[in-house]
Formats: sequence, structure tokens, C-alpha cells
Amino acid sequence: MRPVDVIEGKVSVLDRADVDTDQIIPKQFLKRVERTGFGEFLFYDWIRDGEIELEPNPILVTGRNFGCGSSREHAPWALEDFGFQAIVAPSFADIFYSNCTKIGLLPAILDEEHCRAVAEAGEARIDVDDETVTCAAGVFEFAVEPDVKHRLLNGLDDIGITLENAGAIDSFEQSGAADRGPVTTAL
Amino acid sequence: MPQTMFDKLWDAHEVSDGLIYIDLHLVHEVTSPQAFDGLRMAGRQVRRPDKTLATADHNVPTDGTKAARLIADELSRIQVETLERNCEEFGIPVYSLGSERQGIVHVIGPELGVTQPGMTIVCGDSHTSTHGAFGSLAFGIGTSEVEHVLATQCLVQKRPKTMRIVYGGELGAGVTPKDLILATIGRLGTGGMVGHAVEYAGPAIEALSMPGRMTVCNMTIEGGGRAGMIAPDETTFEWVRGRPSAPADFDAAVERWRQLRSDDGASFDTEVEVDAANISPMVTWGTNPGMVVEVTDSVPDPAAMDSPADREAAERALAYMDLKPGTPMTEVAPERVFIGSCTNSRIEDLREAAEIVDGRKVAGSVRAMVVPGSQRVKADAEAEGLDEVFRAAGFEWREAGCSMCLGMNPDILIEGERCASTSNRNFEGRQGKGGRTHLVSPKMAAAAAIEGHFVDIRDWS
Repeated sequence: MRPVDVIEGKVSVLDRADVDTDQIIPKQFLKRVERTGFGEFLFYDWIRDGEIELEPNPILVTGRNFGCGSSREHAPWALEDFGFQAIVAPSFADIFYSNCTKIGLLPAILDEEHCRAVAEAGEARIDVDDETVTCAAGVFEFAVEPDVKHRLLNGLDDIGITLENAGAIDSFEQSGAADRGPVTTAL
Repeated sequence: MPQTMFDKLWDAHEVSDGLIYIDLHLVHEVTSPQAFDGLRMAGRQVRRPDKTLATADHNVPTDGTKAARLIADELSRIQVETLERNCEEFGIPVYSLGSERQGIVHVIGPELGVTQPGMTIVCGDSHTSTHGAFGSLAFGIGTSEVEHVLATQCLVQKRPKTMRIVYGGELGAGVTPKDLILATIGRLGTGGMVGHAVEYAGPAIEALSMPGRMTVCNMTIEGGGRAGMIAPDETTFEWVRGRPSAPADFDAAVERWRQLRSDDGASFDTEVEVDAANISPMVTWGTNPGMVVEVTDSVPDPAAMDSPADREAAERALAYMDLKPGTPMTEVAPERVFIGSCTNSRIEDLREAAEIVDGRKVAGSVRAMVVPGSQRVKADAEAEGLDEVFRAAGFEWREAGCSMCLGMNPDILIEGERCASTSNRNFEGRQGKGGRTHLVSPKMAAAAAIEGHFVDIRDWS
């Protein structure tokens, strides 16, 4: 993934809470076996039915519990492919949050009042290293786990990092700690 | 220091700080192709194919298609064939279409006995929380994480907070585990468990069968929970005993599993108490599982809601669901009934529904279908004659798969259709664009099929 450092530009607003991943990318688009090209199907039904309008700006501000429901990583893929580089919300569903950080789509948590201020400002600058969102209304801090921040800033592949630690996994397996559970190949 | 069950599971699997070893990785056709591509591009192997198991479930047709190459829908066919090819290339056992072990991934794991207490279990599917019913740490992951587990057998995880929900009393007659978890989500909200590993405990939980416990843990994710779990006990051990993957030295395994329960005095970040005796049969009225009421209630009035955000969401949901505030839920009339999904498609679920249906007829206004959770469930049900009960009543009897829970296969609602569904999500368009889903228990779905509208199953005989 490419490094994520500063994200700056116009803000799109989706003023809804509990937006689920079925809305972000409906199931009929999950049959593709590729990782790219999902952007044109983002919020497929809502956009085509004229319920919402979204500009492909760098930043999306939205409501609490964004990305709930299905674990489909197709949702962050679609948001990123559409043009968003950061999603700002009062809270995110756990799996969605994690999925975003794996592909370099920044999920930034601000309280509801600050989310509204960013939405109203219409433009913002997000600094991952400083953990700040700056807009006309002020400078707001958000938090990101140190290891996630390190990966984002350096564009690092999670698997590569873990494999640097392969010795620890070998030791864990050799200690017998990994012997729990069935042998699926013996079924 | 006293430990929670979650603490014990986490500590036993922590390879290094924040890196968790995975004992079982379940794989299906929809969230894995890009992960296998990633492995190939990086020249990586699957580290432990012997801890990995795949099946085709999400988009398989339920019309009796016996092999991947015969799937009519081209994209579905490609996806299932891709799964088969990937599993062959990387040495992963796969139960695809045509296998007598094929079925919904969260049904076949427990059925084969590969789901056992004390394990860490992941799958590229949010309902992986189901397996926590056995006293394991089980949760859904995204495709990047699927690739990570394939390559390393480990997962980078932030330690979640812990929550315990204690259910006192016992469930009343006609009230099911589905109602218990729907009532819980209704109370806590769809984000109420976010960031937490949730332990369900108390007498009402201990009294549940394994399928009932699986239904409860399954819907943990609908409350936003990272994982749901229940301490293993004799009920758990008896379920695992004798299954194809049960441990050879079963007694020794049971002794280990007995140590897993939370210690007396263990502290949780959040504690919730629920009186199970006060739970009624539940029906969702809106477009997320937290929008739920007792069947004896009416469609809520958004105007009576305190927060503007809730009010707006409720108004939008009611417009989508075409419901008027104040309408008694028992007057709401589904045209479709779906009994199936990883929440409620096990043999016990089908028995409960069949008992309601036996000797009766599906209302003329309703099209009803049963989709068993696995080929094994289907075979068992047929051996008991349940298929005949359903067919005689006018239900369609289908092959195993996720089916109309998410409508990736041809089983979908048409625009505007209203469905009583035993599945887990009533999101907009989930069962088909414009489709309107009401989540209920198998008994409630069966009774709605017969009467043509929701009924309080407690009054019904």
C-alpha cells in the first residue's frame, strides 16, 4: 500500500448513522474475483435512486457506527476506488475500521460536534503523524494506534512485518501451543 | 488474578504483543479470491493448510445444482471454481458443491467437530462469532486479514475490551434464543458492543442447547461486538463428542476445556444484566437489527423518539419498510418467509419450525422456503421426514447455502416484497433491492407463513 501522510482537500458529507457495508457495496458486486474497480458501484442503490449525492473528494464525513454489518473488504475498496482517502466519523464498526487501515484508507474518529464542524467547513487537512484534522473551525485531534500509524505513514505491508517475526511463530508452534484444534487435512 | 474466559483465550494464543495465533481458518468463495491472488503475487505459501478449511456457501444456487461448473450464473460459477482451484493449488481441504459436507461455513464447522472449545477461529465473514458458542475466540476478518492468516497463521489484533451479559431467570414458552439476542441488541443498539469481546452467561444461557448458543453468538456482530462467547460445559462437550474431528483423547480435552470458564471474581470492562423471563417473541420493524419490538407491540412512532438522529433514521426506515407508526406488529403481513441462514438453519431450528407447520398450510398470500444450513442438516431432516412436513404445507425445500440471507444467489426478494426471515440482517436491500425484511425466530417465521401475518407464538396452537 502507498504511504498515507497528509490528506487534504474538499469534504463530502453523508449525514447518516449506522451505515452498513451492504449499502456501501451491495452484494451483487461481491462476485468479482478482482480487488479493483468497485468505485463505480459505491452506494449503488442510494446514488441511483437519488437518495444521496456524493462527490469523489479526498475526505468523507459521516455518522456514528459507519461500516457496520458484513466484513466485506469490498466496502473500503469501493470507497477508496471512488476517490476517498479518509473517512471521518464519530465511530466505526470494528471490522470495517481494521479493513480500512489494511489498505491505507484512513478512518479518523472525531466526536460528533467536530464531525459536524468539518462537514460545515467543507475543506480539511488531515495529518496522520500529528493525529489532527484541521479545518476552518479549528484543529481537532484524533487517535490512531502506534503500530497502525507506523504502517500507514510508511505504507508497509502487514504480512511483511509479521513475517519478519517468523521466528516467534516458529517457536510458538514448536512449543506445542499451536497443537490445539483439529487437523483439517485429516478429515 | 482472576481471569475472564477471553483473557485465557487471548493469553494462550498471543505469539508476541498483538499477534494472535489462529487455530482454525475457515474460507469461502466470496472473501478469499483476492487473498489467494495476493499470496501468488508475493510468492507466498499457505503456512498451515492443515488448520484451514473451505466451503462454498455464499453464492451457491439452492436448486439442486450438483457441481460448480453447472452453476448458471457466470460470475458465481467463476467464483466457486476459483475457490476450488485455489484450494487445490495451496493444499486446502474444500467442501464445494456436490460434497456431502458442503454447507454454510458456520454450520459445517461445528457439525464436523472442527469447532472446539479453547480455539481461535477466524473467517472472512462477520458471523464467525457463531463459533464462540463453544468457548472459543472467534471473529470475522476482511480479505487483507484472510491473506495475512493464510500466509502466517497469525493475525495482528488490538486487544478488545470485555463485556459480560448475564441473563437471569429462564426464557418463557415460545421464546427462543433468537428472541433473546434480538432483545439484547434492541436494548444495547447496533453499536452497543463495539470494541468488546462479549461473554454471554447466566442460567438462561446455560439452559440453551448448542444450536441456541450458536444463534446468540452468531448475532453478536449485529450489536457491533468483536466476538461473542459462552463458557463450555457438559452441553458443549456432548455436542463435540463423536464428531469427525473430535479429539482422539476426548477426556483429556474435556479436562482442559473445563479450565476455560471465567474465574470467580474476574472483572469485565462492561457488565450488563438481563432478565430472560421478561423477553418476548421479537420482530424487527426497521432496517437494522436494533430496530426491534415485542410482537405484542406496535410499529414505533419516530415523533416519540428523543434524539433527532434516531428520529430521522426511524422515519427513513419506516418509509423504506412501508409501515405506519402505531400499526400492531401482528397486522404486518409478509408475502415471503425464509427459514435458513447461519443464524437459524440447524436441524433443531428446522424441527421447531416443522412442529408449527405440521398438518397446516402456508397462507395463499405467502411464498415460503426452507434452506437447510448444510447437506448434513438436509439429509438429517429428510431422514426425520421434516422435508415432507414442509412440502405438504406448501414450503419449498432447498439445497444448503446462505441463500436469501444475503441474496447473492437467485433466491432474492423482488422490489417491495415483505419477508419474515430467520436470518440476521434487515438492512435495506439485503435480501434483494427494495425487499423488506423482518427478523424473527424459526417458530415465528413458520407461524407467519401459516397465518399470513405475524402472530404471538405464545397464543398460537
